[in-house]
Amino acid sequence: MTEMTTDQLEELRDRISLFKQFTGFVRKQPLGTAGGVVVILYILMAVFAPYITGFDPTENFYQNQFVAPGMQFPMGTDEWGRDILTRVIYGSRTALFVGFTCAIVGSTVGLVLGVGSAYYGGLIDLLFQRVMDVFMAFPLIIMALAIVSMSRSLHLPPDTSVYFVIIAITIPFIPRCARVVRASALAIREIPYIDAARANGFSDARIILRHMVPNVMAPYLIMITAFVGQAILLEASLSFLGLGVQDPVPAWGLMLRNAQEFIRTEPWIAIWPGVAISLGVFGFNLFGDAIRDALDPKLRTQ
Amino acid sequence: MNEAAATMTTPPPPRVEGTDALVRVRNLKMYFPVTEGTLISRVVAHVKAVDGISFDIRKGETLGLVGESGCGKTTTGRCILQLETATGGEIWFDGQELNTLSKAEMRPLRQRIQVIFQDPYSSLNPRMKIGQIIAEPMMVHGIITDRGERDARVRELLELCGLNPKFADRYPHEMSGGQRQRVGIARALAVNPEFIICDEAVSALDVSIQAQVINLLEDLRDEFELTYLFISHDLSVVHHLCHRVAVMYLGHIIELAGTEELFANPLHPYTQGLLEAVPIPDPIVERARAHQVIKGEIPSPINPPSGCVFHPRCPKAVDGCKVNMPEFREIKPGHWVACTEV
Repeated sequence: MTEMTTDQLEELRDRISLFKQFTGFVRKQPLGTAGGVVVILYILMAVFAPYITGFDPTENFYQNQFVAPGMQFPMGTDEWGRDILTRVIYGSRTALFVGFTCAIVGSTVGLVLGVGSAYYGGLIDLLFQRVMDVFMAFPLIIMALAIVSMSRSLHLPPDTSVYFVIIAITIPFIPRCARVVRASALAIREIPYIDAARANGFSDARIILRHMVPNVMAPYLIMITAFVGQAILLEASLSFLGLGVQDPVPAWGLMLRNAQEFIRTEPWIAIWPGVAISLGVFGFNLFGDAIRDALDPKLRTQ
Repeated sequence: MNEAAATMTTPPPPRVEGTDALVRVRNLKMYFPVTEGTLISRVVAHVKAVDGISFDIRKGETLGLVGESGCGKTTTGRCILQLETATGGEIWFDGQELNTLSKAEMRPLRQRIQVIFQDPYSSLNPRMKIGQIIAEPMMVHGIITDRGERDARVRELLELCGLNPKFADRYPHEMSGGQRQRVGIARALAVNPEFIICDEAVSALDVSIQAQVINLLEDLRDEFELTYLFISHDLSVVHHLCHRVAVMYLGHIIELAGTEELFANPLHPYTQGLLEAVPIPDPIVERARAHQVIKGEIPSPINPPSGCVFHPRCPKAVDGCKVNMPEFREIKPGHWVACTEV
């Protein structure tokens, strides 16, 4: 056996412990692992969409209208003769783009606002909390309806519709994340290392970003994973209501909306995007719950 | 009404002891409001954590601040550090009145005043490496701007505090309590301070580690001519390390004297009781001692006793004690006490 330096040994030890954490997660959270597998499959599907299918998701083929699932079209075709499998695969791009953008942007803005509110305390904190209350009082879907309706009056091309959907879904996420993060940050605020930083005359920005934010990562990550599934579902709901993504952009909610007319005669047009939504949201939620359990120190000891 | 009573009974500040005082605290008051109601809150009372204390710390001196938990020792330290905005009084550091300075004016002084905290587990940011923790104040205060030089200085400081320079790459959770406290000391030293507030700096450590850390503090004091405010409840540690000792009780300093003088000749009944409570490590002597234990509980600082704050527990209390807080007077040269019955 060859001799190893202490640095190499330490690196090896780090790798082993990382691997152990991974296998521990798989063993303790079998459902979460299944959710994680779904998440990874969806991401791969979105990234490699053009390599999985040869069809164009937006091009119409009138000779192929309403073909039932079979050899040529595994999931059938819709009223424009577009391959549903292709549209489901490309639909994952819209769903994941909206899901991840909303979750990450909403949580990150909420993170900074929540930690800032907790750090400054006093009147700033009080006012901030009341503003958050106002935002929380709006039902998510009503807020989204308002923003999307406003965007409609601007008469922009259909591909920009997705950005307004993102804004509509992100805004209601901010106060929800800010709340949770603020609660953790209030506890962090009282720990002496924050006093040590203040006694050293560090700037507020440095204390918030370097000393408080890294210590509230657990609730932040939990919020992100929980928000991805919610955002996917909200995007589908808005698109289904005609307030989200607009045709011909492939999106699952929109496919469901267009399938309504044909649900009695050609049910496959509705079934596959419905399955894609349900499985995706289920997978993200299971994965998110498992991450929460793994990061929550109170549950970790059990 | 409360305010009037407070000003009436507050002892006048002692005379300036020499001109070489680095830190001068005059009539410092820190009242924390107690509020009621959630949406529209109103102040119903005040916790008088520090109620009009005055003392000087000379350059190169170590002043011990002792007393029971909850007597206001830590709050005093936090007020000097400007972590709390004092309700009243003056805090002078090297000729500048700290409580009148703005945040920006205070920043250069923060480099000269450092603090070592009680709990070595919570005073280091768990998400930063030891090297980053020590380097950060140097970077912010612009002491060493070059990264490589700063890393070298970090290793030097770690070695100075009796730690392996390799620890710079570790996280706090990978170290023991004593090692972490040394990191806390290294962080305080990083900016070349003149004055360090040690807030129960050794109380959370094992006795053997305590001795090592105290020796380290002593060595550093001699090497860098540091001035300490040593806040502690451990009388033996204070006896070993401090030049002068102030005894606090319920927000007041009730006795202040040179260490040898205070331990040999305590005048205030509370100080006498405190020293009585220290066990002597000889079972025969210990058994023969007639303990005069201080009776009762420390009263609430929200509603402190009238007159002398110590009178409900004082064995020597007379009627006069219930009326006025005794004047803080110099009984012997350098020996101050707030008691009429001495």
